[in-house]
Amino acid sequence: MDEREQLRRSILRGARDGFPIGLGYYAVAFSLGITAKSAGLSPIQGFIASFLNHASAGEFALYSLIAANAAYWEVAVVVFIANMRYFLMSAALSQKFSPETPVIHRVLVGFGITDEIFGLGIARPEWISPPYMYSAFLVAELCWSSGTATGIVAGSVLPANVVSALSVAIYGMFLAIIIPPARSDRVVAALVAISFAFSLAFSLLPVVRELTDGMRTIILTVAISAAAALFFPVKEAEGGKAP
Amino acid sequence: MNRSVYLYILVGAAVSFIIRVLPLTLIRKQISNRFLRSFLYYVPYVTLAVMTFPAILYAAQYPLAGVAALAVGAVLAWFGVGLFPVAIACCASVFLVEFIITLV
Repeated sequence: MDEREQLRRSILRGARDGFPIGLGYYAVAFSLGITAKSAGLSPIQGFIASFLNHASAGEFALYSLIAANAAYWEVAVVVFIANMRYFLMSAALSQKFSPETPVIHRVLVGFGITDEIFGLGIARPEWISPPYMYSAFLVAELCWSSGTATGIVAGSVLPANVVSALSVAIYGMFLAIIIPPARSDRVVAALVAISFAFSLAFSLLPVVRELTDGMRTIILTVAISAAAALFFPVKEAEGGKAP
Repeated sequence: MNRSVYLYILVGAAVSFIIRVLPLTLIRKQISNRFLRSFLYYVPYVTLAVMTFPAILYAAQYPLAGVAALAVGAVLAWFGVGLFPVAIACCASVFLVEFIITLV
């Protein structure tokens, strides 16, 4: 098989694997668009923000903070915290690159990391194929960005009960990420319960309830994760693997 | 103070980019510090949990609908249902509960 044919196959396979991911993205991004709309973003701004960030939790935090007119440094810290898992995924992917691959491919594939795209890259036994990754990413990403833009456009014409229903989609996705590992790992299960309890307490108790959502997320994440890492360090096999 | 939406987007994009690209370009070996690896392993669960609750209760028009979404989502996720169907089921339960509330 010559190089050209191999390239063609990688691109086609990437598009094929990226498409079902894109369908799921579209729906979630649509509900994210409703949040973006309430933060005052235009459809174009939503498209750009989604294309550049492409992270559900990170973007959700970004739009909530824009809505709250938060400080720029607060946005930087919260987006950093919300997207910290990509740091791990990026580290894991670095092991999957052939030594001959130019650094520019590491940069571009890195830019495209999401939970699902990372999954595709890790799932293949051979070295990372940049054309495959680009193609899967672009297909999924265009669905994601246009989903956000349509959410901003359509969010205002949809009836209130539909908007209300769609606005919990993002939380459903979060639950689907945190609950399955909680089933197999008791420490994670306890952490989820503790996080819920502290988050609720911090939103009700005097003094701490004055904290912004962003600061609450930062403080609780760092404190609870550090305590867990101190008392329940992960075994060798677990630590390297992304959630 | 009124801040620029584009500047917000730029800050978010820059941070996301650095997080995704730095380890790939710099770290060629596995992280060996056990505390750091454990911390990074737990972070996503804690962040998402803190962001989900109690916010999910206030996302819909009625807190009761949020409770339903939380219960349905948690149960389906427990049984390994995927991200997309769980998200849709949460939406459906809010829609249903709010429909019933408006009837009563």
